[in-house]
Amino acid sequence: MLTFTIRRLVLAVPTLLFISLVIFLLLELAPGDPMAQVPLTVPAEVKEQMRLALGLGEPMHIRFWKWIVQFFWIEPQVLIDHYLGTSFSQGDLRVISWQTRSPVMDIVVQRMPQTLWVVGTAYVVAIIIALPIGIYSAYRQYSWFDQMGTFVSMVGFSVPPFFSGVLVIVIFSVQLGWFPSIYDTTLKVTDWESFMKQLNQMIMPVMVLALQITAQLSRFMRASMLDNLNQDYVRTARAKGLSEYVVVMVHVLRNSMIPVITVIALGIPAIFGGAIITEQVFKVNGIGQLLITAIQANDLPMVQTLTFIFAVLIVLFNLIADVLYGILDPRIRYD
Amino acid sequence: MTDKDRFVPDEGLAPASTAVPAAAGPMEEFTKPPRSQWREVWDQFKTHRGALFGAFVFLFTIATVFLGPLVWRVDPQFLPQGRDFINLRDMRPIWMGLFDSGAKVSWAHPLGTDNLGRDTLARLMMGGRVSIAVGLTAMLLALLLGTLVGVMSGFIKKLDGPLMRLTDLFLALPLLPLILVASLLFREALSASFGPEGGIFILIVVLIGVTSWMPTARIVRGDVLAIKEREFVLAARSIGTTNTKLITRHILPNVMSPIMVSATLGIATAIITESALSFLGFGFPPDFPTWGRLLNDGVDRVASYPERSILPGVMISLTVLSVNYLGDGLRDALDPRIRGR
Repeated sequence: MLTFTIRRLVLAVPTLLFISLVIFLLLELAPGDPMAQVPLTVPAEVKEQMRLALGLGEPMHIRFWKWIVQFFWIEPQVLIDHYLGTSFSQGDLRVISWQTRSPVMDIVVQRMPQTLWVVGTAYVVAIIIALPIGIYSAYRQYSWFDQMGTFVSMVGFSVPPFFSGVLVIVIFSVQLGWFPSIYDTTLKVTDWESFMKQLNQMIMPVMVLALQITAQLSRFMRASMLDNLNQDYVRTARAKGLSEYVVVMVHVLRNSMIPVITVIALGIPAIFGGAIITEQVFKVNGIGQLLITAIQANDLPMVQTLTFIFAVLIVLFNLIADVLYGILDPRIRYD
Repeated sequence: MTDKDRFVPDEGLAPASTAVPAAAGPMEEFTKPPRSQWREVWDQFKTHRGALFGAFVFLFTIATVFLGPLVWRVDPQFLPQGRDFINLRDMRPIWMGLFDSGAKVSWAHPLGTDNLGRDTLARLMMGGRVSIAVGLTAMLLALLLGTLVGVMSGFIKKLDGPLMRLTDLFLALPLLPLILVASLLFREALSASFGPEGGIFILIVVLIGVTSWMPTARIVRGDVLAIKEREFVLAARSIGTTNTKLITRHILPNVMSPIMVSATLGIATAIITESALSFLGFGFPPDFPTWGRLLNDGVDRVASYPERSILPGVMISLTVLSVNYLGDGLRDALDPRIRGR
């Protein structure tokens, strides 16, 4: 198992390098111009100097190498400095955003809590709702509960977040006036009252995100339970005289959870991508919103770093899912 | 019993078979007329009520959106001028007259008009045409790429490794961010060469197609690997069938069913992705309606005119829901293990 993990980790390095090259080349070969927003009255030679100041004068491969060094060598040093108070990164140039002229990673760290709060809560809520629904609709297959569950998850698949978001805003903040339609990121949770306020503004985005995740997870849980419920070991467990609760919740559930857990692990990075739209609808000041504004402002270092962080998350959680599968299911041996 | 009676005359021993029903049993199987595969598929598909409903709604939507303008002859881009502009703008849908006698409604515009006085029904039909056309074309492109990669990597051993690594790589890319970036960066170049609408259409179709072929490729590869080892392929090869013929005549027809299922799911994801792009402002130009664009335009005044966002949103959701149900039914109908039951 350990050798498998190490082999996969080593294999992830060329994959990630290749992905970073693809992202870099996509941004590089695209006919967009970072100077497009500069007024036409600015003379051409000044524009050329601005271009040089942004580091665009160097050839392509040198810039790619510089970005690699900044991202993989200097940024971790900054992180170590921040935690241990050392000064490894003194005087080194970090990845700088063209919009704000401040280090990209600092902005990412500022935006991270909002995304984690909203998206993380939605994911946890979705798991808590989806698992019991999946278990019960598999246990009572084709009952009215199962039919309802199928329909609701079909709806969850089909209603895109930019519509369900607008719909809940119309219902809950325009008509009923229960929740605010805009997420206030400056709110600090200090006492009970501000905590309730935070909870109030989180309900709608969490609801929208959780509907989608619940739809997928409960379908998956149901299919996985159905695969196991007809197996011979279930008949054996019943024949031994075990109670129905023990048969379903201990014997069947434990076996059914194996693929479901890997799916949960695989879904974590996708949440960051999916949250782009939800964050936009509710004006949550998170990572997805940062990416949208960076794309609109032609801020290439920011876009490059963010998409690469997403790619790292996807590769990392793919690896975690594979390793988890091997740990949880003793029938699967990678070596 | 009625079934049995019907087959009796064919057997040519009518009196005896009614007297000894057990003897008719095995004979019955031979005398049943042969049924084609697609007849069986249709019989199974009919039993899935959701799928039938989905197929009906999807076909109805396509018909309304493409044939509707022949009946509803209002120009979706027509802007009323002068006094007409004030009279015709901001109309509410006709049912608002039921709740509010003062609401500005007219049978000339049953779904109301927008803040520039353009007819909502005509705009919804035009937007639907674009959204569904994008969905269908992007799905076809993704299927073509996916089938090509899947058949190549399943059939040619040397290509299997590299092509599957490529598929893994594409699955590891953060797709929505990359689509957003690419749609902004390549917009102007394509608009210049194909016109603003045509360029964006090509851009969005290619982007969605290029980023959604991976599941099809994996499924097709698995099926091709299994079918390649079957006897009929060996038989075809032994009489000297060329590789191209082998793929097009013998292998492709046998992987049709997973391809058809992923086609329906592909339409659904393509429509949602296109609407998401239009909603975020990275899609078609502002005066060119698609369902996602109309939804986005309505958001600013959602408190006073909620129908402007809700109507296109309902159309997107309904179309995607019907396509998803259609795919669900097709999967059941095309699976021979389920069909027997």
